[in-house]
Amino acid sequence: MGNTAGQAIIEPQPRAPQPRPAVVLKEHIIEIISDSGEGAQRCGQSFGAIAARSGNGIWTVEIIPAEIQPPHRSVAGASGNRIRLASGPVSNGGNEADLVVAFNEQVLLSRLNAGEIKPGGIILMESKWRTDRNAGIAASYARVVDDIRARGFRVYEVPMEVECLKLVPDARKGKNMFVLGMLCGIYSLDEGLAQAQVARIFGKKDQKIIDANIELLNAGRAWAEANLDLHFSVPAKRSTQTQVVMNGNAALALGVVASGMEVCAMYPITPATSTSHYLSSIFEKVGCVVHQAEDEIAACAFAIGASYAGKCAVTVTSGPGLSLKQEALGLAVMAEIPLVLIDVQRGGPSTGLPTKVEQGDLMAAIFGGHGDAPKVVMAVSTIEDCFYSVITARKIAETFNMVVMILSDASLATAQQPFARPTFSEDWLAPPVNQSAVPLDAKPYDWDPRTGIATRFIPGQPNGMHCLTGLAHDRGSHVAYDPEINEEGLLNRSRKLAALQTTLRLPPLCGGDSGEMLLLGWGGTLGAIEEAVGILRAEGLAVSSLHLKFLQPMASGIGEVMKRFTHVMSIENNWNDPLSDPLITPENRRYSHLALLLRSRYLVDIDCWGNARGQPLKPAAIVAAVRAKLGKE
Amino acid sequence: MTENLSQCMMRMVETDYVLSDYQSDIAPRWCVGCGDTAILTAMQRLCRDEQLAPEKTVCVSGIGCSSRLPHYMNAYGFHGIHGRALPIAEGVKIRRPDLNVFVTTGDGDCCSIGAAHWIHAIRYNMNMTVLLHDNQIYGLTKKQASPTSPIGQKSNTTPFGSVLLPLNPLTVTLGVANVSFVAQAVDWIPDLLYDILKKAYHHRGLSFVRILQRCPEFMDHRFDDFVRDPSKMRILTHGNGLRLSPEVSRVYKNQETHDPLDMGRALAIAAIADEIPVGILYNDPSVPCYDDLRAGERPSTPALVETVLREEFDKVTIWPDDAEPVAAE
Ligand SMILES: Cc1ncc(C[n+]2csc(CCOP(=O)(O)OP(=O)(O)O)c2C)c(N)n1
Ligand code: SF4
Ligand SMILES: [Mg+2]
Repeated sequence: MGNTAGQAIIEPQPRAPQPRPAVVLKEHIIEIISDSGEGAQRCGQSFGAIAARSGNGIWTVEIIPAEIQPPHRSVAGASGNRIRLASGPVSNGGNEADLVVAFNEQVLLSRLNAGEIKPGGIILMESKWRTDRNAGIAASYARVVDDIRARGFRVYEVPMEVECLKLVPDARKGKNMFVLGMLCGIYSLDEGLAQAQVARIFGKKDQKIIDANIELLNAGRAWAEANLDLHFSVPAKRSTQTQVVMNGNAALALGVVASGMEVCAMYPITPATSTSHYLSSIFEKVGCVVHQAEDEIAACAFAIGASYAGKCAVTVTSGPGLSLKQEALGLAVMAEIPLVLIDVQRGGPSTGLPTKVEQGDLMAAIFGGHGDAPKVVMAVSTIEDCFYSVITARKIAETFNMVVMILSDASLATAQQPFARPTFSEDWLAPPVNQSAVPLDAKPYDWDPRTGIATRFIPGQPNGMHCLTGLAHDRGSHVAYDPEINEEGLLNRSRKLAALQTTLRLPPLCGGDSGEMLLLGWGGTLGAIEEAVGILRAEGLAVSSLHLKFLQPMASGIGEVMKRFTHVMSIENNWNDPLSDPLITPENRRYSHLALLLRSRYLVDIDCWGNARGQPLKPAAIVAAVRAKLGKE
Repeated sequence: MTENLSQCMMRMVETDYVLSDYQSDIAPRWCVGCGDTAILTAMQRLCRDEQLAPEKTVCVSGIGCSSRLPHYMNAYGFHGIHGRALPIAEGVKIRRPDLNVFVTTGDGDCCSIGAAHWIHAIRYNMNMTVLLHDNQIYGLTKKQASPTSPIGQKSNTTPFGSVLLPLNPLTVTLGVANVSFVAQAVDWIPDLLYDILKKAYHHRGLSFVRILQRCPEFMDHRFDDFVRDPSKMRILTHGNGLRLSPEVSRVYKNQETHDPLDMGRALAIAAIADEIPVGILYNDPSVPCYDDLRAGERPSTPALVETVLREEFDKVTIWPDDAEPVAAE
């Protein structure tokens, strides 16, 4: 291998005699996968950003190994990014990938095994392994390439390392930019936008580094144009709207800032932590604090303390942390302290699938604590929704003195999607802490019989002194074990949910108002479900969907909507027992969370479909499930 | 706590709080002879003498007999959940430097279920006063061994005597990074209990006061030898620590002059087994407080929130037709 580092000028590659016309596509799904640390994630994110700036619709999904430095060239270590690139707006990660760039054959296998690559799809392989000094590696590479060719995939072997070494001494550090250039060439993305993106990534470094990376970028594009017969264009329409692009966790963090909450108490846990990382980098600038507590119990208790003292606080976590917080959440419910909890769901139970998606926490959110502990539970379904939901949650928490939980998930956490740039409003923020004197005869739990709401007294308010307690208490906050008094507390805490419920509106139906099949969903599956509905309706099937934002309480009218459909089925990214299992009967079948909730409320025989494979649900799989249910396979 | 003084100066001139201003309308429900009563009285005396505005005073507790104390104080009280008084109190304090925060906790509450929080609270060193009511037993749940029960202690879960050595809350606390104030008091010498609480209150940082507390219900006679024989009490005095009144000095002759900055000697005193040391073991006012470190340079205002949001959005904005403003200001 000739190391020609230091050669500053790129030799223009012999160009293909005639520029091939680009094949116009409506959309394509691209994956870039490497060992962790080789930069496939950055490459994918940058590709997504360039496409978004070009006006393409995008949805990016991170492929994250559970370990920080998994062994090189291992199936479990696959790390990277998937970008769904389209002409119009995109609402989910889509089906199988159309084109994959793999830095070695092992990481490719991980995606193949998971069924994530479209049959006959295009695979661009780093070819250096073919001549690896380790005969075992060379053989493994050759075997996989032969095998996938035999299976009908279109394989291109790309000398990524060789090409990069012409420009930089360490190809491991540059390959991702070469690949970025290659992809920009393949998908006809604008050179100027691509170079600006590279400048943005390395913005803080010196010009030499930026230049070196731009050289790699250009070399990748030139190589693709000279050597590949792949040339696509996904026509873009620039939005007339000013948009922002970010992932769900960043949107949650900005939502916390915009909500006027001043305290976030957390304990690190994947996939929630990046919310706190981002928040930590900006929260102090607005005079606020992210407290990393010693554990989730402390984080929740700390947030409760801050809320009690007048500063409604947020605590951010994921499944195992949610379980630990449950006792403290019960205290907040009992003492009626406002609190916002963000749960970025991952696969469970126990440590489960830390970096993978699942909608497994709905029941734990609603019913997780002991006793009757009414809490508000809402779910986010888009990146934009992540931002605004935090603002709404803080308002509800402080209006009703309740715990409000926001359920996001590992897929939304890292998915990037453009949305209209929010326009700041002071209404988003919390009012200043009330420090005015309390009327002498007022009681801390003077529940309003119409709403169940009591005006709480905040430390510092003269005449408001009382001892808040997690024990059953009367209107004066005195410990009371009397059955009547206990019941009065239960009634009013529950009443608040009913009062909130009267203010909720049912989300619009996707599809028609009536028909053969109604799909019910919540949270991050919105895009996939609605895409499936579109496909099914195009086939002439009368399928619609209803996607719930509020899970506790739920808006009125769901029962009426269900009556207008012959079949009702929930689509959820969580476990349900398949009726195909010989052991499973309608009497022992365990249903998906939303299905179970709605069955009990509406006494309707609601079916459910979904899985908990750690992958987002795919539109095509939903389509297939609905066809099967309707006998239209 | 200068910020508190400046905040309630007006009231101090206008009103003189008296003892009953700190007594709630609920009569304490502790057993006759329970040491918690003396601790409550000392707290109320302290509040009166410091003229703390009841609305600016917050007593946080966990669960246990001792944790009922906030119900009996006329102040803002937060009777929380078992073991979690400290993180709740930290949350209260983090954005409210104007509040006087007290924590009352039991030996089970603090040293068992809440042990992680105890260690970390010492390390955060937030500005609050922590009273550990150490009766060496679980009182509220009716006599189970606690981490501070003496070895051989018979209880409902150790009917043949406990088999483990107790942990020593003083040595544990002294061993934690950022420890800034550790004292020991006993419920049966109310004057010293008061003096120690006063020192603790005036310390800037987390002041940890372990109070040996009699539980006649389940640990009857546990401290009788010490109550009867003042020479078994070792009183720590110093110009920067306790200064004894002639009356106390006359009864408690076993005294040691101990510099509260002397960590080596503090650890030795903490480990004394046959006597009960009473006084300030350690006091280093120079340890930084987490609430100060995290106070932030400026208060949160709508304008600040708007500015930061704009800056963050600018970084990820796609302007239509590339109309990217050069300078967004
Ligand atoms: C999570 C939880 N576990 C157990 C209990 C039961 N419980 C209440 S108080 C207590 C021990 C109290 O002992 P201590 O802290 O020494 O307080 P004391 O009653 O002696 O003052 C226990 C185990 C509880 N309330 N919550
Ligand atoms: S059981 Fe012990 S600690 Fe509890 S109130 Fe009675 S004497 Fe006090
Ligand atoms: Mg005890």
